[in-house]
Amino acid sequence: MQEAPMSFKARAERALADPTLKLAIDRTTGTAERKRAVAMTQFPQFEAARECGKRIKDHVIAHLDHYLLEFERNAIASGAKVHWARTAEEASQIVVSLCRQAGAKRVTRVKSMLGEEIGLPHALDEAGIERVETDLAEHIVQLGGDRPSHIVWPSMHRTREQVSEMFKRSHRAPHREETIEAMVDSARRELRDKFLSADVAISGANFLVADTGATCTVTNEGNAELTTTPPRVHIVTAGIEKLVPTTAHAFAMLRLLVRSATGADVTQYTTFHCGPKQPGDRDGPEEFHIVLVDNGRTRMLREGLKEMLRCIRCGACMNHCVVFRQLGGHVYGGTYPGPMGAVLTPVFDGLKSSRDLPHACTLNGKCQEVCPVDIPLPTLLRGWRDRSWREGLEPASMRVGMGLFTFVASRPRLYRLATAVAIRVMRLFSRGGTVRGMPGLGAWTAHREFPAPAERSFMAMYKDLEKGQ
Amino acid sequence: MTQPQSASRPPSPPRVGLFVTCLVDAMRPSVGFAALKLLRDAGCRVEVPEAQTCCGQPAFNSGDTADTAVLARRFIEAFEPYDYVVAPSGSCVGMTRAHYVEALADDPAWAERARRLADRTYELMSFLVDVMHFTPAGVKLDATVTYHDSCSGLRELGVYAQPRALLDSVSGLSLMPLEGNDVCCGFGGTFCVKYPAISNAVVAEKADAIDRSGARLLLGGDLGCLMNMAGKLKRKGSRVRAFHAAEVLAGMGDGPAIGEER
Repeated sequence: MQEAPMSFKARAERALADPTLKLAIDRTTGTAERKRAVAMTQFPQFEAARECGKRIKDHVIAHLDHYLLEFERNAIASGAKVHWARTAEEASQIVVSLCRQAGAKRVTRVKSMLGEEIGLPHALDEAGIERVETDLAEHIVQLGGDRPSHIVWPSMHRTREQVSEMFKRSHRAPHREETIEAMVDSARRELRDKFLSADVAISGANFLVADTGATCTVTNEGNAELTTTPPRVHIVTAGIEKLVPTTAHAFAMLRLLVRSATGADVTQYTTFHCGPKQPGDRDGPEEFHIVLVDNGRTRMLREGLKEMLRCIRCGACMNHCVVFRQLGGHVYGGTYPGPMGAVLTPVFDGLKSSRDLPHACTLNGKCQEVCPVDIPLPTLLRGWRDRSWREGLEPASMRVGMGLFTFVASRPRLYRLATAVAIRVMRLFSRGGTVRGMPGLGAWTAHREFPAPAERSFMAMYKDLEKGQ
Repeated sequence: MTQPQSASRPPSPPRVGLFVTCLVDAMRPSVGFAALKLLRDAGCRVEVPEAQTCCGQPAFNSGDTADTAVLARRFIEAFEPYDYVVAPSGSCVGMTRAHYVEALADDPAWAERARRLADRTYELMSFLVDVMHFTPAGVKLDATVTYHDSCSGLRELGVYAQPRALLDSVSGLSLMPLEGNDVCCGFGGTFCVKYPAISNAVVAEKADAIDRSGARLLLGGDLGCLMNMAGKLKRKGSRVRAFHAAEVLAGMGDGPAIGEER
């Protein structure tokens, strides 16, 4: 989909005018919100678990160098090959060249937001390697030729009715009955033999366990296990913030992740991969590669965004965001949508092209309230606004207006006079208790009434009362 | 983020500086007079410092920290002499309590003054309940009402039970639950005019939920959010009328609602 030339506002207006998209968003985020709420009532120690999760992440981030080296040592000891990538391009090129070395014609992929972040689907397509997405939702995204719109439900922007049409158009033996089960069977028939014939499997990781060198992946479809077992080569790509000290810490984080993401106690499948196939193993890959990706993470550490490195990609912030629930994920324009995406996209794409994202937020704080690791998302979003102001990216009208307002508001007598004038003008445009057709109020009055002010300000009336006393 | 305001023993009678807020000052003075009456009924000596203007939240949320600091210093100077600072808005109090220290971070002396003032600054209804242990007496209003919890008050200050406790003492009033009572109404200060289409979509859902509540009156604790919701309700032809909760508590619930001719 060609979206680059469209502005954020234009994308937003297009999304707002699409009732099918809204239906799809409401179904998914509504269900997610309800299930999470139930899970929270059954998880009375949530606050304690959250505090614990936050401390685990903060500790790892404060000692990132230590844990990265420990992880690398243990991964190598288990027989894995560890690669380091500074940028998205480096990371995707490492993966592509590993695929080429393996002589891969077909690769299977397990859904990974980091893969999206480093542009891996595109890089594989460019390299002429057949890419099979094995996650059901990613399969739908691939069929639609678009991008994920949610980090947990990548095809959230499609209704099941639309998906049914897509399957009927593209599957070799599509479903005949309009049931979810029949549709899943159709996808299974389409994908199963590809799982078995792939040369390389590529997955992400939810956690990197430092003291064992293992990577941990959670799915609900079992596709990660099926994908990564038959091929000769398995490549894991992971952001360096995914580290946890031990397996026990990974489980502590899992309790938070799964409940916050889907409301379930645990995912259907939780798999730890530790090195390639060993003598005596019945299955597993002959080569096991781990690509550790920085791509702006160490910069975030330096630039006041270190709390964002706590993020475990559960999606709760977007499921509870009033803006996301109107727009869906594509409007955000980056790999990651919603509140967490509005913090991350300026890191990856630069603030200039993404300055709308931290501004298109009411700073209502719900995202932080539901965040399982208590990321101060409103504070971080405001931090981007601050930076945008300092770097001169805000429109001149805004800068002049705010300067003028401050000049007046820091002079109480002038401010009283300005208030009286503003009231007089608003009342000139008032009829039936409502201000109508007043220049400058159009953004408000296009959608709702603006109440007429009282005849005089509180301060003016109060002053008269005091005099009379 | 949530920081319930701790109850402390008030000096008797406490000297309260009332910050009416710029929006109440210019748009709806009755909310200021309601706050004045409630604070006096609760036994406070209330003064309205003449040097007050705006708390600086629009500048802060626009990223203009330098201008925020200018207005924060003015505010601190104006209100420092009082035992307590009270405002009929969770949003403005959230700004002064939670964010002045951030805006003045480069200036340790002022940041310290901000911190000390923050400890004495309260949203009106939480001050009446948590500090003054006040219950309004003899207020009557035959009405079904519903309550929207504005985000800053709810999440930055922990204001939730206090308005409900106060409204409970109004005879004839029955409180109906509001679906999504803690979901943002889409106002967001300058957000609603910077992104009007998104704001409209959010407040349209809010107005529908308010209509579904079956209540005849919508109450809340922040005039900005109330103007947003009342404006949408009126535009969609709803018969639900909106008041600041302080107005109802001060016995002004039979006057003109927000956006009605007076």
